[in-house]
Amino acid sequence: MKMHSEPISKAKERKEKAMAAIEVNGLVKDFGPLRAVDGISFSVQEGEIFAFLGPNGAGKSTTINILCTLLRPTAGKVSVNGFDCLTHPEAVRSSIGLIFQDPTLDNELTAWENLKFHCYLYNMERKQMKERIEEMLHLVGLTDRSKELVKRFSGGMKRRLEIARGLLHHPRILFLDEPTLGLDPQTRDTIWDFIRDLRSREQITMFMTTHYMEEAEVCNQIAIIDRGKIIARGTPEKLKRMVKGDLILLRGGDPDSLRRRIRAHFGLEAQGENEELVLEVESGEEFIPRLLERLGSEINFVNVVKPSLNDVFLRLVGREIREEGTDSKETKRQMARAYQKARWRRH
Amino acid sequence: MIDSRAIYVITLRELIKLVRQKGSLINIFARPILWLFVVGSGLNQIVQRGGPVSYNQFIFPGVMGMVILFSSIFSSISIVWDREFGFLREILVAPISRLSIVIGKAISGTLSSSLQAAVITIFLPLLKIHVEIPQLLGLFALSVLLSFALTSLGILIAAHLETFGVFNVIMNLLVMPLFFLSGAIYPVNLLPPWLRLLSLCNPLTYGIDAFKNVLLPRVGGMGHGSLGAEFPLGLDILVVSLFSLAMISLAVASFRKIE
Repeated sequence: MKMHSEPISKAKERKEKAMAAIEVNGLVKDFGPLRAVDGISFSVQEGEIFAFLGPNGAGKSTTINILCTLLRPTAGKVSVNGFDCLTHPEAVRSSIGLIFQDPTLDNELTAWENLKFHCYLYNMERKQMKERIEEMLHLVGLTDRSKELVKRFSGGMKRRLEIARGLLHHPRILFLDEPTLGLDPQTRDTIWDFIRDLRSREQITMFMTTHYMEEAEVCNQIAIIDRGKIIARGTPEKLKRMVKGDLILLRGGDPDSLRRRIRAHFGLEAQGENEELVLEVESGEEFIPRLLERLGSEINFVNVVKPSLNDVFLRLVGREIREEGTDSKETKRQMARAYQKARWRRH
Repeated sequence: MIDSRAIYVITLRELIKLVRQKGSLINIFARPILWLFVVGSGLNQIVQRGGPVSYNQFIFPGVMGMVILFSSIFSSISIVWDREFGFLREILVAPISRLSIVIGKAISGTLSSSLQAAVITIFLPLLKIHVEIPQLLGLFALSVLLSFALTSLGILIAAHLETFGVFNVIMNLLVMPLFFLSGAIYPVNLLPPWLRLLSLCNPLTYGIDAFKNVLLPRVGGMGHGSLGAEFPLGLDILVVSLFSLAMISLAVASFRKIE
């Protein structure tokens, strides 16, 4: 028995060591006086889909760039696939695949040539090359376009080709920096179906950044990052439980008197500036009839918002993550401001 | 440190793109023809001096230098294009050394420039410049050296350019002055002393002087206003080689710092 126990425990230890695909400890990155990443720590287990969620300028891309050795950290320890990013950058590079935020294809070359270029850069075996390129082109459905110049490709096709290229050299981790940014919703869905399909086929770890909540929902683990700090971490379900109830958004004649009367009748503190007020209640459907019964004559707009990752984000960051839409944008901004105020008051 | 397959494929890519570029053949020929046969013929009438070297003949080494200067700078500035269109990141995140990237770019730039310079030697008979095979080979070797020097300079500049916006500034403040202060279209010993000093600091002066050494007879000595070569060939080669070495080292150092 004793003779067996040692190798087993060693194997276990090795397995545990190999489990963390990415290890980040106290990572700091300064750009001059600006602190882009402010002491973050996290780890990603092998086989996970891990998402960094945050607004523009939160430090997502900076972190990815450090992980893939394009940037040197100011402080902290970062290792990828067991290799230290500072001391073994080339070992890190050959074990990861990258899909950048902005396209990085050569438009003047054909799809095939782009992939072949990649094979050479990653020093792949010549014999293996042709077969692997064909396999990847087939996977992303670009086999019959392989001889075409990339500049004639649509945005979605380019993205698919980049994913194919990122996987060519059998990386153990695939980094995706805003993989669907700038794509139309339909193409975005296609890309996502493809990523999910890929996940079920190859046991590959994925690390992505996004500011689309619906994309983050598909991930195993999410870290919400804002102003260079991780402010929450967990599964999407766990994060959603952080918001207690529904949000009620309302507009009325005189916001100040409305605010006073809401306080008097319901004992609730309404947040929000200008015209728009925001209330946090347990159940919006039950609250609205009561609200209208009392104050119906003063209110001319009511809306219920169900908790989503978006609200988690709002709650934690005090700002709206998305930067799209027109009318709704303004309402969301105001809600955001209301939340920010609330947050400050709470602290 | 040196990843030969990466260097190979970086070079191959540039050459494929050069061949595929629309009108690249016209580009190669248009400018030299304009200088040799339009500007050259026009000025030939003014500069008639009855010497052994006509003005058309005199500017041939200068036009070769010009072809090399422009194509070297253009090909290395493609690094800035790559940066703007994102492709540079694909290269920078690959598991290859920065040294290999610079070598790949230097080889491709040198090849494409010196090929373009070699092509225009077909005009030599039209200009009644007589060359033997050894001279021609020497000319090619010197073209390769000058191309390498100027491509390295271009890579060094490109490594410091974030966007393409300042390209015109570089053309006007660096490339054009290098050209006009190189003795390409007039002998630099005719210039006022302070400009002459500048021209002596110009690597292209020595590159073109080397071509003059090979192509033009030294009749008329090395005197003031002579249309022949000004320095000994050995000095020309030495200066251009040292310049290359300095530029490529600085280029590699700059590339290592790119984040």
